[in-house]
Amino acid sequence: MVDTIVFLVAAVICLTGALGVILARNPVHSALMLVMTLFGIAVQFVSQEAHFLAAVQVIVYAGAIVVLFLFVIMLLGVDTAQNLEIGALPAQKWAALCFGVGSLALTGYIILAVDNPVTGRPGMGGAIDETANVRLLARSLFSNYVYAFELTSLLLVIAVIGAVVLARKPVKQLPEEAGR
Amino acid sequence: MIVTTSWYLVLGALLFIIGGVGLLVRRNPLIMLMCVELMLNGVNLSFVAFSKALGDIGGQTVVFFVLVVAAAEVVVGLGLIVAILRRAPGSTADDLSVLKG
Repeated sequence: MVDTIVFLVAAVICLTGALGVILARNPVHSALMLVMTLFGIAVQFVSQEAHFLAAVQVIVYAGAIVVLFLFVIMLLGVDTAQNLEIGALPAQKWAALCFGVGSLALTGYIILAVDNPVTGRPGMGGAIDETANVRLLARSLFSNYVYAFELTSLLLVIAVIGAVVLARKPVKQLPEEAGR
Repeated sequence: MIVTTSWYLVLGALLFIIGGVGLLVRRNPLIMLMCVELMLNGVNLSFVAFSKALGDIGGQTVVFFVLVVAAAEVVVGLGLIVAILRRAPGSTADDLSVLKG
């Protein structure tokens, strides 16, 4: 019973936030609505015993990514950020309509047609133990997925260097250097 | 009523749909990046739901990698937006079509 109430409340929070992101005119409001959705998802993670992921979700997503969004909005200026909005292309609205209605219909069909989406076959990565979730996650991360983990560090380095290169002000050439 | 895996999957699907529609409807690059985050979160929720249902920690590990990729994507995407607006103030998503090779 408690599970159901928690799920429903968190689901409403998630969906309200998601709709708020795409409906708000002001980008700052969109970013704050995104925080709401992310907190709702963190609650869903907790209710499925993914406690560590819930903590990471709040710290990384709500704490870092949304702050980065807000930082860039403030850097550009709220008015400038809002003026980036332009009218949609005609084909885009139709594409959005087709995508939305089609995926909703597909989701509804799957709910009605499939009783249990889970085959019940055990996975390869090791069983979940509710008390040792973090230990299992770490063991899986550093054994089965260790190459992916190392590649992730490479990806982060590339992203950091790329962001620094992109956002750097163009270096003004000194007059004598420009003459050479 | 018992909360089954399907409920989480449907919620994830709805978040994905809302994010996808937003990505197509909104033309503000900042909002489009936020919509990508919504779609990634819908997928994350499905991964965790399957991880719980199948008793497999692998789903939660994948969510970890999705988090990292999302962070990298936002950093580079926002860097691009800042760089473009610095070089050509007032440019919109449509003006970027000049970038096509």
